Amino acid sequence: MLTIHCPVCGVEGDETDFHCGGQAHIARPATTDPHTITDEQQRDYLFMRFNPRGLHFERWRCDRGCGKWFHAARDTNSLDFKAYYGITELPPAELMKQATGQWAEFFNAKTAGKTIKPAPKKAATSKTAKKVAGKTSKAGAKKS
Amino acid sequence: MWRSPDPKAEYDVVIVGAGGHGLATAYYLAKTHGITNMAVIEKGWLGGGNTGRNTTIIRSNYLQDPSMAIYELSRSLYETLSQELNYNLMFSPRGVLMLCQTEHEFRAFKRTAHANRLAGLDCRMVDAAEVKRIVPIINDSADARYPILGAYYQPRGGTGRHDALAWGYARAIDDMGVDVIQQCEVTGMLRKGGAIAGVETSRGTIRAKKVAVVTSGHTTNLMDMAGVRMPMESVCLQALVSEPIKPVIDCVVMANTVHGYMSQSDKGELVIGGGTDAYNNYSQRGSFPAIEHTITALVETFPIISRLRMLRQWGGIVDVTGDRSPIIGLTDVKGLYVNCGWGTGGWKAIPGSGTVFADTIANNRPHPIAEPFGLSRFREGRFIDESVAAAVAH
Repeated sequence: MLTIHCPVCGVEGDETDFHCGGQAHIARPATTDPHTITDEQQRDYLFMRFNPRGLHFERWRCDRGCGKWFHAARDTNSLDFKAYYGITELPPAELMKQATGQWAEFFNAKTAGKTIKPAPKKAATSKTAKKVAGKTSKAGAKKS
Repeated sequence: MWRSPDPKAEYDVVIVGAGGHGLATAYYLAKTHGITNMAVIEKGWLGGGNTGRNTTIIRSNYLQDPSMAIYELSRSLYETLSQELNYNLMFSPRGVLMLCQTEHEFRAFKRTAHANRLAGLDCRMVDAAEVKRIVPIINDSADARYPILGAYYQPRGGTGRHDALAWGYARAIDDMGVDVIQQCEVTGMLRKGGAIAGVETSRGTIRAKKVAVVTSGHTTNLMDMAGVRMPMESVCLQALVSEPIKPVIDCVVMANTVHGYMSQSDKGELVIGGGTDAYNNYSQRGSFPAIEHTITALVETFPIISRLRMLRQWGGIVDVTGDRSPIIGLTDVKGLYVNCGWGTGGWKAIPGSGTVFADTIANNRPHPIAEPFGLSRFREGRFIDESVAAAVAH
């Protein structure tokens, strides 16, 4: 039985109080120009999944609590939860360093393109980052 | 029954994984295609993964044409396999009943029934009264939460002895000179340009012209070593058996709406299975809620079992694909073949899967029955969608 902590409302419950939403940090390849998307990209988005034996990053939902989605880092061997973090955030930096295989490649690519060092609280997924950039002139100015 | 040889430096074919599918593949490669300079290597012990952990149900009444073809090939091979291997697999075509407990399920199975009859499968719908006649212990109360409306019946389906299948195949391939090497873990894949050159193992380097990965829940990790990504996730599927009792049920009953299935072993234990756990898991230890869910369903379906004690419970790590159908075929790496993604329903498919996969490896092109199950289907959007047809239970 997994014991899970919701980082949004703070409740602790067992796995029947939560719902696992599968692999985290999957970005939809295109919303604006679908014709530019290859079959491979669409396949990766829909079906290809990281399936590590060890540290994994997932989406979970606080089903019987606040109902919010959040992220969790979990070991698929020991079933231990390593961290909980917000649905728009990247994992804590030390866990990104511990990640192996496809997750390591993913986080390296994710953090390499950014000039700002990814601090767990400020970092966001690319989707949110775009939104922020578009909405607030401050963020936009920083980036350009 | 078989030797425990040291690995040779090189083989024509190395099969990774000595479960049912791997051993069957080796058997048909040796028997049908004359390839005997071959090793089946296994991290643990042969048949110790999902081959020894399933609920031994054999049926072929799937909805989609490609599924029917491979599962029916497999089911029909089971009928004569004991004689062929000279090893008693205890194949018992005792009949498989798939209950209809909602109008939706009733209509879905009727559709499957029509599809199966068109394909020549011996299956039929039965009404609630006949269900009660076949399974007297079933709860046929109209007040049940999910009353029995009827069932989809495959009389030629049934069960077999899972360990015996692994042992029978292992003995047969050992007789033909194939090396079965246990306690030998693959730690890396050798590449030579775009082609496979062998495997690195805990017992040294083994070179091979062809490598076939047949490792169920661990396939994604092995394929990672060769740089091939797979559209699968590994989850735990549990099963359990009760204390042995006198015979009470002489067929297999699957209750898909409530997520549970049950049969009785020759020892008298009720063999029970249900749905998978809801998250990725490599631990071979399932969660209690999944067990509770299955038992709740079956106690309602078979009130007689409510006071039975459960004897053993275990989990196996299964590899689940997006369309709940297997992946069989070639990969982008020359000489590297894969047979995986059987998810929760691999046991029944072993002889058929071995037959078509061996043919695929020997001829370096997909066997016609294996062809629809190629990796490319996920790119092409050409799914063999059994997730809608079979719900949870395979």
